[in-house]
Amino acid sequence: MNYFPDEVIEQVFDYVTSHQDRNSISLVCKSWYRIERLSRQRVFIGNCYSISPDKVIERFPAIRSLSLKGKPHFADFNLVPYDWGGHVYPWIVAMAKSKVNLEEIRLKRMVVSDESLELISSSFANFTSLVLVSCEGFTTNGLKAVAANCSLLRELDLQENEVEDHRSQWLNHFPESSTSLVTLNFSCLKGEINLAALERLVARSPNLKTLRVNRAVTLDSLQKILSWAPQLMDLGVGSFIHDPDSETFYKLKNTIVQCKSITSLSGFLEVAPYCLPAIYPVCSNLTSLNLSYALGIPASELIKLIRHCKRLQRLWILDCIGDKGLEVVASNCKDLQELRVFPSDPFGAGNTVVTEEGLVAISFGCKKLNSLLYFCHQMTNAALITVANNCPNFVRFRLCILDPTKADPLTQQPLDEGFGAIVQSCKGLKRLSLSGLLTDMVFLYIGMYAEQLEMLSVAFAGKSDKGMIYVLNGCKKLRKLEVRDSPFGDAALLADPGKYETMRSLWMSSCEVTLGACKALARKMPMLNVEIIDDSELTVDEALCGGAPVAVTADGDDKQKVEKMYLYRTLAGPRNDAPEFVCTL
Amino acid sequence: MLSRDVADDAELELGLGLSIGGRTKHGSSREYGRILTAQDFPSLVSKAIINSNNVASVSGTKRAAAEPASQEGGGDDSPTSASQIVGWPPIRSYRMNSLSNQAKAPHSMEGKRTVSKKDELNHTPEGNRLYDRKTSGAVKEAQNLGFVKVSVDGIPIGRKVDLNAHTSYETLAHALVNMFFRSMNPIGDGEKELVNRPSKLLDGLSAFVLTYEDKEGDWMLVGDVPWGMFLSSVKRLRIMRTSEAGGLAMRSQEINWNQMERRNPI
Repeated sequence: MNYFPDEVIEQVFDYVTSHQDRNSISLVCKSWYRIERLSRQRVFIGNCYSISPDKVIERFPAIRSLSLKGKPHFADFNLVPYDWGGHVYPWIVAMAKSKVNLEEIRLKRMVVSDESLELISSSFANFTSLVLVSCEGFTTNGLKAVAANCSLLRELDLQENEVEDHRSQWLNHFPESSTSLVTLNFSCLKGEINLAALERLVARSPNLKTLRVNRAVTLDSLQKILSWAPQLMDLGVGSFIHDPDSETFYKLKNTIVQCKSITSLSGFLEVAPYCLPAIYPVCSNLTSLNLSYALGIPASELIKLIRHCKRLQRLWILDCIGDKGLEVVASNCKDLQELRVFPSDPFGAGNTVVTEEGLVAISFGCKKLNSLLYFCHQMTNAALITVANNCPNFVRFRLCILDPTKADPLTQQPLDEGFGAIVQSCKGLKRLSLSGLLTDMVFLYIGMYAEQLEMLSVAFAGKSDKGMIYVLNGCKKLRKLEVRDSPFGDAALLADPGKYETMRSLWMSSCEVTLGACKALARKMPMLNVEIIDDSELTVDEALCGGAPVAVTADGDDKQKVEKMYLYRTLAGPRNDAPEFVCTL
Repeated sequence: MLSRDVADDAELELGLGLSIGGRTKHGSSREYGRILTAQDFPSLVSKAIINSNNVASVSGTKRAAAEPASQEGGGDDSPTSASQIVGWPPIRSYRMNSLSNQAKAPHSMEGKRTVSKKDELNHTPEGNRLYDRKTSGAVKEAQNLGFVKVSVDGIPIGRKVDLNAHTSYETLAHALVNMFFRSMNPIGDGEKELVNRPSKLLDGLSAFVLTYEDKEGDWMLVGDVPWGMFLSSVKRLRIMRTSEAGGLAMRSQEINWNQMERRNPI
């Protein structure tokens, strides 16, 4: 089959970078499988429990970059008990033991201990890149080890992690010889930072392109840092409050003008509206702006700012910008591709700050929009249909109506037609999150039209098993389905057991699924781990007597409903680190 | 209003989703305390949807918040009952905590700004104060988001509790007891029973004590300092066996809220 020597084929394979494509290549024939696996450097494992680290290393001995995801997505919303799992330590141990030349680790929703960080820093001589997203379990002591020992470190990117501050002065531990940093993001750290050490570090890092600081970095310090790093492209500001009449503020304005390369701005974890004008000079170059943590900026200031940002492609903002503000976005930001509107008042009674009108305005103005996350108090079918017609390019469409079963306020109808229009119009839709009052119809539409759909999130929707069955039957490319508080039961779960082997995972919580059905599914599909997560409580008496809870077993009554079920395909069998409240059937 | 039938659903009274669990000790059919009822969703067209869903509180985040609200008799007219649903709205807990911390943190802005004549820069009708709580509804509501982890000796499942949903040690203790311990034998009026129970945690008479880790990393007994001070210094909670809490002051006397000079955790 091969007309070329292996080395040539390998060169060709080098151009194939997407994981899915490389997976496809490896299925062509035995020799391509062999060449591909020996040359693959970037390995992505979407579910850390789907395969053991040893198998990964065995198949891909040339691995340089490992990406792992741990907890299911709904863990973000506290639906998964925090001891559920997702530990990275066994992976690090395995990699260290096998002496692979690991350079990069990217983790999402995993538990990362200081021990793991220390092991990383001491095991891989060429380690350059650590990216942690939504992880937890480590402290600044672990960061200290990374800073001190990874002499070639280029990227330290901490996004929205829960990190305990042990006052470790970790930044001071970057040695004087460390000059290789390209990306440094510690915006999620809650503690203090040695500002002088940070300034020195920036000063000796000529390749620094991304710097996102935390709240402890004052505007004063920011000015000094920026004067050392006019080459920055991506800036995350910490505290942005200062007396606008001061010399410092004046200096900052001048320094910012020198930063002609900044295209991405974020942070503003603490900000005063009267300081915002300092950033106007860079706004015309901005392609990405994240003000979603900037509480307290009134809509008028946001609007003034947006008017300067004509080149924006990505905007993350709080809903206090209002419908009027979104109209300004629509008329100014013609290149907008991604919009996220977060609620500034998630539990509020609805000072209705953004409604369907804002979204409709955006759809008329921003024709290139392909990714949306929109929190609002209400939505109408008419609006969704208009949006669908105006923006057929959606790849990600996530709508969250804060009252989760709210009907169309104009017609009192469910929002089936609106979402139906979205899936029919957006032929490339890969991710969809539903909300509002929804019957089985919406799922019929999804099954019929959403041919490229890979991930679907459902909450408080549907009327019967048929809903879920439509989706399982229709969406051929479905990889992840997560459902909560919806009336899908055993018939839906068992309608097509084989389907789950084509998917990464299924989450169902507060649905109508029974233990018996889960057991039946587990029996039928040995390649799946069907986990039942059970948050039973002790009785008072048991607790007072120092009792420990009984481990969850499969011995309960088959008819009882299962509160939380998480199933995923795996080659690794039931996991050996499951806590007591998780039972793999 | 939380449960439909007060008389025989004492377990549901307690409850906020106290699942009876797979051990079938308390009945063969699983029932769940319902956080959601049809009344919670005035916009609801089809009650069948909600009635068929049993929303059990699982990670305990919102149960604490829900109970006080329901006991207030739903006087709050808010149409949005999002605060009563676990894990809703779907916002990453990191973001929720961050909003909360921003709202809580004392801002020494006044020191950084002189009384400025440049009013055109900060020209908001609400005034110059950035975090004027009276006018910034967003900030006020963001205060409702302060999750801290709670662990209990002997129980492997950790939980998170929303501290800002509470206004006093009593309601917090009440919620924690609800979260981790269920009374086997509610006596008549289940709610009264519970109100009495939390004091056990606080006054050191039971087998467990409630402790917290403060910003300095020290473990302290809960209840020593005024509630507000506690809120600003607590990092996480632990319900410890009394036998292991020896290092912390063992107290049998009543807690005196006014004894501020006893401990200053900050």
